[in-house]
Amino acid sequence: MDYFLTDEQKMMIDLARKIAREKIKPVREHYDEKEEFPWPLVEEMAKADLCGVYIPQEYGGFGAGVMGLVLVIEELCKVDGGIALALAATALGTFPILIAANEEQKKKYLPEIAAGKKLAAFGLTEPEAGSDATAMRSHAKKEGDHYILNGTKCFITNAGEADVYTVFAKTNPDRGARGISCFILEKGMPGFEFGKKEKKMGIRASVTRELIFNNCKVPKENLIGKEGHGLIIAQGTLDASRPGVAAQALGIAAGALEEAVDYARTRVQYGQPIASFQGIQHMLADMATEVEAARCLIYQTAKMMDANPGKRTTKESAMSKLYASEVAVRVTTNAVQIFGGYGYIREYPVEKMMRDAKITTLYEGTSQIQKNEIALSLIKESAGKK
Amino acid sequence: MNVIVCIKQVPNTTNVQIDSTTGTLKREGVESIINPFDEYAIEEAVRIKERTNGKVTVLTMGPPQAESALREAIARGVDNAVLVSDRAFAGADTWATSYTIAQAIRTIAEYDLIICGKQATDGDTAQVGPGVAEMLDIPHVAYVKKIEEIKPNYMKVERMMEDGYDIIEMPLPALITVVKEINTPRLPSLRGMMNSKKAQILQLTAEKIKAEKDNIGLTGSPTQVMKVFSPPPRQGGMKIDGSPEEVAETLVSKLKGSQLV
Repeated sequence: MDYFLTDEQKMMIDLARKIAREKIKPVREHYDEKEEFPWPLVEEMAKADLCGVYIPQEYGGFGAGVMGLVLVIEELCKVDGGIALALAATALGTFPILIAANEEQKKKYLPEIAAGKKLAAFGLTEPEAGSDATAMRSHAKKEGDHYILNGTKCFITNAGEADVYTVFAKTNPDRGARGISCFILEKGMPGFEFGKKEKKMGIRASVTRELIFNNCKVPKENLIGKEGHGLIIAQGTLDASRPGVAAQALGIAAGALEEAVDYARTRVQYGQPIASFQGIQHMLADMATEVEAARCLIYQTAKMMDANPGKRTTKESAMSKLYASEVAVRVTTNAVQIFGGYGYIREYPVEKMMRDAKITTLYEGTSQIQKNEIALSLIKESAGKK
Repeated sequence: MNVIVCIKQVPNTTNVQIDSTTGTLKREGVESIINPFDEYAIEEAVRIKERTNGKVTVLTMGPPQAESALREAIARGVDNAVLVSDRAFAGADTWATSYTIAQAIRTIAEYDLIICGKQATDGDTAQVGPGVAEMLDIPHVAYVKKIEEIKPNYMKVERMMEDGYDIIEMPLPALITVVKEINTPRLPSLRGMMNSKKAQILQLTAEKIKAEKDNIGLTGSPTQVMKVFSPPPRQGGMKIDGSPEEVAETLVSKLKGSQLV
């Protein structure tokens, strides 16, 4: 479908495709198998100026907004859904700074992130606080010029490899949702350590670790926004970042669809390519239609966000992520089905795509949480009419 | 340090079709790319620029559509581009091409170094690089696999040989042709691509480079192509079966029969 993209947007896609096909494709199995962090590929993305596509030009980025980020992530994820996450999770960790940080903080952190010299990570989830972020136990106590941070975050993408962390902790436990604040932490701060590395089903080129704060001294200049505004910043961040997860899901699904069509055309059974069988054709048709529908939803959401900076897009972001991630699981599962027994073999790319796709229905809010968000928006809109 | 890179746009296929009547390459309907060996030349030039703060100019002789190859070079870090294009250049052999490029280089700028890919994947002659240097009367080294040192008026390079390499020192300005072992070319960057879209490309005609009419194009080409053909595929050899002893015996008797031993 023609989305009437600008020349600039087409250029970004073209470049991301070159990196995906020429640099990532030859090594994707290696990183999946070895569960290594893909630093050489992050350097490639940095050299190509892809790390800062969504960061405004005044901070050294390319200023292409959420749409730019979505296009790049989709293209990279067509080939590998895990390696691109170094960039996507950096965007997630950077959004709190873009949304709520002061000028000084932006000038300090954004240019290096835009240049790809530093990666970022987002620290919200805790062992006892997943969907229910207000149940978090991490707390930050103000002492003079500093906050003393204690607690543990888990399932943090890019942890240990990133230099910049946006972390949430309670500054006033009595105030519940209004008692959470957001801080910028840097790797190497005394009392800031990393816990065990998780072994995952998919996205194995991406690293997932715990963050451990042990009387970590955080300068008060590193508070983002005001004390107690943390949860609002987190919600705004997720609004901005969910289209990125959706784009990851879309990329994986589109990649699997391409593999499935190619395979169906070349695999011969009963003396003819299996693509000539209507059973296969209908599967491919459903897959292609769902992929295109997901793409429409994501692109429109991204454009809407870029056109209205600062406006909340909770419903549309949640819809994009819900739909694209569920499509990714269905499409990759059917791609494996079309490959038959070969699809289950690791030598072929689709089993990895199926493993990689699943995470997109889970992180940054499960599909069920997205439905809660969408329904809540509907109820609010309806109530607002009266 | 200012570097000029000479590139050629070639068809993106190793199985080039040849026009049987004219003996030239058929280019219609085939995607055009930068000659792969020239990508190493571009990368090396950009690296020299990054180390020494100079400028890189990319130059090609070809039809107007060769502009796309120049723009791609700009996306990979080149500063200026020159398209040497004129109907009068058509049909040039390596001598006339070398002359034309040398005239264009004389026209455009001061330079410390000229870099070319070792050969183009369509013609495979490897003659134009050294030819340009001869026309300009500057030193040249072909098949360079490493630049060990480069400074004003001096460079030291490693030339790839079949059994190892030579170390060669030479004064600048000079010309080198490079092999693929010299570097890994980078992909373009977003900023480079933006620049390449906006870049002004200098167009040079036969008149502008003050080319002698008798030295360019088909009429200026001392080489006359009589016939171009694809060599027939190699025929299968003889296979000798049997036990090792029998095979050895048959082989030796056949070699003796052919008076080869």
